[in-house]
Amino acid sequence: MTVAGPPNVELAGLTLVGPVLTAAGCGGTGRELAAYGPLDRLGAFVTRSISLNARPGGALPRIVETPSGLVHATGLPNPGIDQFLATELPWLLQEGARVIVSIVGSSLGEYAELARRLGRAPGVSAIEVNLSSPDAMGSGFFDVREPFHAAGAVSAVQRDLPRGVPVLAKLRPDVLRVVETARTVLDAGAAAVVVGNALPAALPDGRPAGLSGPAVRPLSLRCVTEVRGALPDAQIVGAGGISTTDDARSFLAAGAVAVQIGTALLHDPTSAARIAAELAVDAAHDQERISS
Amino acid sequence: MTTAPVVQAAGRLAPLHVRGELLAARRVGAYHHLTLAAPGIPARFRPGTFVALSVGETHLARRAFWIHQVKPMGGYGATIQIVVAPVGVGTRWLADLGVGATLEVTGPLGRPFALPKEPVSCVLIGEEYAAAPLFPLAERLRERGCRVSMVVAGRDEAHLLSTLEAKRSARSVTVVTRDGSIGHKGEVADVVADVLRREEAAVVYGVGTVPSLHAVAAAAEEHGAWSQTAIEQPLTCATGLCHGCAVPVVGEDGAPRLARACADGPVFRGDRVRWNEVAT
Ligand SMILES: Cc1cc2nc3c(=O)[nH]c(=O)nc-3n(C[C@H](O)[C@H](O)[C@H](O)COP(=O)(O)OP(=O)(O)OC[C@H]3O[C@@H](n4cnc5c(N)ncnc54)[C@H](O)[C@@H]3O)c2cc1C
Ligand code: FES
Repeated sequence: MTVAGPPNVELAGLTLVGPVLTAAGCGGTGRELAAYGPLDRLGAFVTRSISLNARPGGALPRIVETPSGLVHATGLPNPGIDQFLATELPWLLQEGARVIVSIVGSSLGEYAELARRLGRAPGVSAIEVNLSSPDAMGSGFFDVREPFHAAGAVSAVQRDLPRGVPVLAKLRPDVLRVVETARTVLDAGAAAVVVGNALPAALPDGRPAGLSGPAVRPLSLRCVTEVRGALPDAQIVGAGGISTTDDARSFLAAGAVAVQIGTALLHDPTSAARIAAELAVDAAHDQERISS
Repeated sequence: MTTAPVVQAAGRLAPLHVRGELLAARRVGAYHHLTLAAPGIPARFRPGTFVALSVGETHLARRAFWIHQVKPMGGYGATIQIVVAPVGVGTRWLADLGVGATLEVTGPLGRPFALPKEPVSCVLIGEEYAAAPLFPLAERLRERGCRVSMVVAGRDEAHLLSTLEAKRSARSVTVVTRDGSIGHKGEVADVVADVLRREEAAVVYGVGTVPSLHAVAAAAEEHGAWSQTAIEQPLTCATGLCHGCAVPVVGEDGAPRLARACADGPVFRGDRVRWNEVAT
């Protein structure tokens, strides 16, 4: 028997210590989450979506509980890219976190400018382009309704990034469109697709919002399965209501190379660390089996 | 004004997420007083911090409760006590929980009350169950030689925390009820200015509804006292992760900002909150 090495995962050319990532917008600035467990044990920390200029966020209530889900319209509050690079990124890197910066823009020009500024920042592992904000129009973001919109944003980012910084495209778990959208963004240069974000929904007062949490998990899982079936070479990160290690296992079994933990962190800030630790045990067992 | 006469104690320990156990439940007036074993949390407690509890299997949002007391209970070491007002699905679930039940507890969360550097006169104002964190606060202030007065307010007598205990904690206690069933008839706003004057208050601590806290902050400003207000807002994660709990404040640089009620608060300097814009 040989001793199992770390269960590394290759994603978009990066070597990660495991397949568990945080989902954008569910890990705070990183500091809050780090209180419950070291960030360097996670595959990567995905930031909340960062825009070119600071955004205060939307009106209250921003998040409402619904059976098995959360309906949310935070308006993506964030300090803007410059402030993020000056204050939040250095701290994350110092903690040893692998940082994937989620970005959101109101135009292709803004996506390009975000890519330029991120490209100059040392330490960014990858960029995740948020192409699936469920209230994009209402919040003034670049509206991604058609696959070619998504491809446009990915190309705009790609063009202005130095080589070696991969782009992940985060897509809506819309089972009718996800394969076509995935194919288009991969053709446009995305290194991987993140399948699963909030589904378009409404807050009780009618404002546009997104629905996340266990309620969307079966839909996301179906989307991962569809993309895997149609695009066998695509690298897929599964997301959407993954709350337990068994949930994560089913996404990995469906063909995802990694998973993102979002809403579950809001319910239990230790969930991602726990799922990562339990999957590491699986991986160690697998290695043992292979090598014995 | 010069530098603040109140300071945040240094070296706060990170919160914990633990499996807790309900050790005792007691009904007092309109409330349920729950004693929980929550390993590690009592030692980290500072007045003004709270715990987040998970309720039921399918409710994703956490429910927040002030830590009312930290005290030893046979066999369990230190325990925490919370006061639950059953108002909705989660709080009713907690109120019906049987002794011995386990539940997930995260805490202590949030920024606690800042304490005065000097032994000054302090007025502590709490409404209904939200007076809970003022009792341990009174104890810490008295240990520092501060003169402590309390105002406990509520809709009626059943919605007041123990006035007897308040009398043990404070030099003077003013009781205010909306229906006049005990004490003064009225609201916090009706009595706060008088109490601050009478007690020559240097620091005012308030916890309760937004209109009352607004009145407390305004009266403090008028009187020339410092105010520390603890705000309740609907929370989702309660841990600073989701950015769902915005409170409009004025930053140290004077610029308007949105702070997180759970992580940047729940205690804010009263003169830093843009009260007219806070969701009620
Ligand atoms: C810092 C803080 C300390 C608190 N301390 C206490 C306490 O010591 N004792 C006590 O009885 N209550 C306290 N509350 C209020 C308590 O958290 C709410 O009453 C409770 O969350 C309502 O849950 P529910 O499921 O019963 O009600 P529902 O109305 O069914 O809740 C629905 C949703 O709204 C949220 N919500 C609704 N009202 C509030 C509110 N006022 N504050 C926060 N979230 C709300 C819930 O978390 C949930 O997501 C505190 C709130 C905060 C923010
Ligand atoms: S409730 Fe999630 S950040 Fe405050």
